[in-house]
Amino acid sequence: MTKEQIKNTILEIIAQIIPDEDLSNLKGNIPIREQVELDSMDFLDIIMELRKRYGIEVPESDYVQLATLDGSVAYLEPRMKKL
Amino acid sequence: MFPSKSDGTRVVITGVGLTAPNGNNLPDFRRSLLAGKSGIQKLNIRYMGEVLAGLCNFDQLKYQKKKELRRGTRAGSIAIYCAQEAIADARLDLACLDKSRIGVYLGITEHGTVETENEVYTIKQFDYDVKYWSHHHNPRVVANNPAGEVTLNMGITGPHYTLGAACAGGNIGLIHGLQMLLLNEVDLALAGGVSESTGSFGIFAGFKSEGALASHPDPQKACRPFDRDRNGVVVSEGGCVFVLERLSDAIKRVAKIYGEVVGYAISSDASDFIFPDRERQVQCMRLALNKAGISPEDIDIISTHGTGTVEGDIVECQAISEVFGAHPRAYINNTKSFIGHAMGAAGALELAGNLPSFEDLLVHPTINLDHLDPRCPLDNLVVNEPKKIDNVNYILNNSFGMLGINSVVIVKRFEE
Repeated sequence: MTKEQIKNTILEIIAQIIPDEDLSNLKGNIPIREQVELDSMDFLDIIMELRKRYGIEVPESDYVQLATLDGSVAYLEPRMKKL
Repeated sequence: MFPSKSDGTRVVITGVGLTAPNGNNLPDFRRSLLAGKSGIQKLNIRYMGEVLAGLCNFDQLKYQKKKELRRGTRAGSIAIYCAQEAIADARLDLACLDKSRIGVYLGITEHGTVETENEVYTIKQFDYDVKYWSHHHNPRVVANNPAGEVTLNMGITGPHYTLGAACAGGNIGLIHGLQMLLLNEVDLALAGGVSESTGSFGIFAGFKSEGALASHPDPQKACRPFDRDRNGVVVSEGGCVFVLERLSDAIKRVAKIYGEVVGYAISSDASDFIFPDRERQVQCMRLALNKAGISPEDIDIISTHGTGTVEGDIVECQAISEVFGAHPRAYINNTKSFIGHAMGAAGALELAGNLPSFEDLLVHPTINLDHLDPRCPLDNLVVNEPKKIDNVNYILNNSFGMLGINSVVIVKRFEE
């Protein structure tokens, strides 16, 4: 997957988890939770979806790296580039 | 009788919110019952294939966001819809109510089986690796979930919980709401019952293994209480929530009053896990009549529990005959014949379906009754067509459940 594909995948997962939110103006460098209503259980849904879809394990200590969209792409890129 | 009959100790029904397989509000539900319209259809479920079930088609997004739906349960969604509709029907404005004085009391037959089955099914796809088990599981399966979702959705901060009472749950939610009003624990009770049972293959499979799951080439003829050819239960989902208030409060705000809950009783068979007990049902009906301070001759409509099982229908008929005599004055009907067995919602839905009788003086029938089982010899059973009668002052609603739980509610046409 390219970075762009990874970003779109993350956005698609988030859209599925918080379907009432408008994600079109989501800024990449600002924490996602500051821009849309996404609580800790929703965040765990993102982790679960990555696990189910791609077998990616994100240890709890790395959760902070997924706070922003840009951070998520950077973190996932080495783990998803071969997908 | 209740200790006092002052307006502060009389409890009335001032709002009804419901979803049934044949109607998503009381007027539509009533129309279906008077028109003989069944809500039973075919359903394909995991592991079992095609079964017959009663499914509801209310607008889930009327009161919930998509995210709430995704996170919550079907029972929670049904409960929210019914509670919101009940408040609207009572012409109450939530914003003007003291939400700490509202209680949510919902009867359930079971809760958590649907969600647990779904999780087991999910992890099966991952060779039963439990790291795929959802973090949403626990808040979905806690027994208070359906009532709790109502409080989250409506911002109610008074007490909320469910009452696990098998198929008597709907009556018992109502009874409990009344009791909490009489204890002055709350000023308004959202009380009734809900069922999401059609989402669980285990409920269907369990009835099938008992030899008590209905089958019929025509789904709408499958639920046939008291008919010679009945062969079991049709599982349904649904919900019904009543707004209950003390009469003094209802009068103060000039509320529409559907009826006054004047009698009730709950008892246990203490005899068997699944088979009913005639003598205990007799005692329960008599206890409710006694609490209401009336005699069997005063009852105008008996809303039967009859599920369409051979044994259950016979026992209830015997119990009714013992209490009301071989030739009762009361007219007798059955709502499950239209909607199947809505489990925790059944008692509340079946009572609700009869409440309009106070005004229209019509008794909706028992449908699908082609050949009355001679072991269910009930005079005045209203068969297949509604019956117009002269007066409706009292409705008695039976609801019984597994482990031998009996419940009876008596509602009186409101008179000041």
